[in-house]
Amino acid sequence: MHSIVLTKGVPDFREGQVSFDEDGHLERGKTPTVMNPNDEHALQAALQTKVRHGGRVSVMSMGPPGYGDVLQEAMESVYADDLYLLSDRELAAADTWATAIALSTGIEKLGLPDLVFAGFKTADGETGHTGPQTCWALDIPMITHVTGLSVDKDERRVRARRLVEGDVAEIETVEAPLPACIVVDSEFESDYRTAGEHLALKDLRETTVERAAEYDQHLTTWDHTDLNLDPDYIGLDGSPTIVSSVDPIPKPPAEREATMVDPGDAEAMGELFDEMAALSGGA
Amino acid sequence: MIPMSDQYEQYEAIVVGAGPGGAAAAAKLADEGIETLVLERGVKAGAKNVSGGLLYAEDSAPYAIDNLYPQIRLEATERPITEYYIQNVAGSTVKEYDLTRLHEHDTRWSDAVLRRKMDSWLAERVHERTRETGGGLLSGIKVNGLLREDGEIVGVTCDEIDPIRAEFIVAADGVNSELARDAGLMNWEDPEQWFQGVKATVEAPNVNDRFDIGPQEGVAHLFSGDLFDGVRGGGFCYTNVDTLSIGAVFHLDSLVESAAEPHELLNALLEHPVCSQWIDDPYREVEYAAKLVPDSKKVAHPDPQSDRLVLVGDAAGQMQAQGPIIKGMNHAVTAGALAGEAFAGAKRRGEPESAGERYVERLYESGTMAKLRPKRYERVRPIAERERATEVVDRLLESPIGRFGVRALDATGLLKRLYSSPFMSMSIPDTQTPYVTLPTVIAETLGEPVSDDTTVDPPSLEQRIGELTYDTDIGNPHIELLDNSVEASGAAVTACPVSASEFGGGCYREETIASNGSTKDVVSLDTQPCIECGTCAVVADTAWEHPSGGRGVEFRQG
Repeated sequence: MHSIVLTKGVPDFREGQVSFDEDGHLERGKTPTVMNPNDEHALQAALQTKVRHGGRVSVMSMGPPGYGDVLQEAMESVYADDLYLLSDRELAAADTWATAIALSTGIEKLGLPDLVFAGFKTADGETGHTGPQTCWALDIPMITHVTGLSVDKDERRVRARRLVEGDVAEIETVEAPLPACIVVDSEFESDYRTAGEHLALKDLRETTVERAAEYDQHLTTWDHTDLNLDPDYIGLDGSPTIVSSVDPIPKPPAEREATMVDPGDAEAMGELFDEMAALSGGA
Repeated sequence: MIPMSDQYEQYEAIVVGAGPGGAAAAAKLADEGIETLVLERGVKAGAKNVSGGLLYAEDSAPYAIDNLYPQIRLEATERPITEYYIQNVAGSTVKEYDLTRLHEHDTRWSDAVLRRKMDSWLAERVHERTRETGGGLLSGIKVNGLLREDGEIVGVTCDEIDPIRAEFIVAADGVNSELARDAGLMNWEDPEQWFQGVKATVEAPNVNDRFDIGPQEGVAHLFSGDLFDGVRGGGFCYTNVDTLSIGAVFHLDSLVESAAEPHELLNALLEHPVCSQWIDDPYREVEYAAKLVPDSKKVAHPDPQSDRLVLVGDAAGQMQAQGPIIKGMNHAVTAGALAGEAFAGAKRRGEPESAGERYVERLYESGTMAKLRPKRYERVRPIAERERATEVVDRLLESPIGRFGVRALDATGLLKRLYSSPFMSMSIPDTQTPYVTLPTVIAETLGEPVSDDTTVDPPSLEQRIGELTYDTDIGNPHIELLDNSVEASGAAVTACPVSASEFGGGCYREETIASNGSTKDVVSLDTQPCIECGTCAVVADTAWEHPSGGRGVEFRQG
């Protein structure tokens, strides 16, 4: 089994990491880049496939050379075998369409795997387009919102549980022939039910610690010439999407009333408890 | 959704529990090329283990841990015990006897150990060795019962993973072995059959100076006499590399009868000058711990096997505590290795199903069972443990005649020789006499006053619990109180080492509930502070299980 996991570096939006300027615009330079949090689930799905069926996991991303750290992080969490970074100026400032063209070309250059995994939406763009568009470009079946996965290696089929949220949330089980593309939901749960799987995981963890420390030995970087891509169809020039403007969302003003209570004032505290008792719903 | 295969996973051998007994079994099995899976419920091996802890290598035993793991003393134990004393205490007078000769009898070496460090060291080697056979060690997996087919034991069931079949199952899952109970081989019902140990690991950066020993030397002190409000038991203080293991072990029935608080009895020892003289000022406690200890004289199972299952170590009640001789881990190691050897031999002969019987034969042939259940004790017990006899002897000892006798015995050196006699210690009855009366009389008659300036101020029970690490399985308590009446379960309030009467932050507490105009006292349980010792399984009416793999308390010292 060969799996390729698509991942992206995004600004670290966690409090204390992210930095905004006075107008509320993200300060890219001051905000560290991390692996897109949703991609963790894609990585775990690929890891489960590797633990159960053996084979190899490759991680692929498109971005500036500094994305090495992101790929290293991905390698550690999925115990990946090799890393691919599509990177040069011509590929920069791409929208999801141009990104999908580049990624699908990279995947084809590597050789079409059994499974392509993508996370659901990136934390910065939030379009959720790149995975499905890459899949469309590869012309293979796609299953989205996947929360559970099993592969029948002999029959060359994948069976997935997907979360369908309409008026009521439904869980749907679908099957597709391999190769296929799996967009993994944040509700995805790995499922290791045998000691053999746990032992395989332990082996992978041990060997990966060393490999991830020297991840650049396992990293291949391709530019647009390696991929034989026409600059007119990639990067900014190849992007049909035009972002006209970015407006910061103003924070809603606080509308709550605050009453100061002195904890030493027994009467005031008593009143507070009386008020809270009504809200506690119980006795 | 994942299609489950109709075939369970299968290994040649499964070892449940990665303590010394499990590690010994795994080593023998792996060395024989047997595919061996080791399952440990602690988040890391050693996280669930507490011991006093002296680890012995006996000359007469067929196996010791360093036969199986040669580097262990260099890398994972604390200090060799080179001096061994007993302190008989009465009030503030103390009479010391040097028991080094008794300690060295049949002893190739004896090291103080801390279980987290030692067991996790062992676990790494266990994994390496068993992995080569196609098995390996997994921690954080709790085995919760036996897999049976047509009534026959064929494997184990787990909380975290699917059932696993095996040709041979070694239950080295400790004093509260759920497998031993599932197999109907052991129960936890009679407090007379168990001890409870409580221990503080205490910071001691100046061990060498305080005990006047070199870095490769160590001291063990035992304490007996009137330290513990008449509760039958004894104390100990062992030197580690830069800590002390100070603790006490009590007969559980005596603890229950006296409604004594184990943590307070431990404090009585810590605060007594006979012990505090070894402690640095200010007192700093690294960890509070407790454990249930089987009394092998009464519970070592005479036939610890059933179908493909064998029990080793505490799971089989193989903990020898006879007077000043306290040996558990070494017997677990011997039993584990004998079990591994028995299965390898049985398999070679093409009759793997005979492994259990062969293991038990070897327990007897090797003399292990004779140490665990000494004939001498069995002969003395019916006479010596009769209440009337105990009373007569105690009165006599306390009388002027007794005191004269004690003095005479001491003057001739006979008392020391009696104390140092392995023959004698094998026949010590479990009564007040050897644990409390005799040491007290000895100290009163022959002792000298001991004093010490160190003020030991032990932490409160609340602080001790607060310092422990827990990963609580919230909403899924692992102990259920079946009968909450004070008669059935009230003993747990005091006997539980993390509960106390008038303390609301422990596992067990007494509550008064009002209903229909009358009030009733009941016992309530909150398992959050539980340290999984199993005391309440014996003294209260509970449905007792361990938490799931990796959950519950995590000892850092053990």
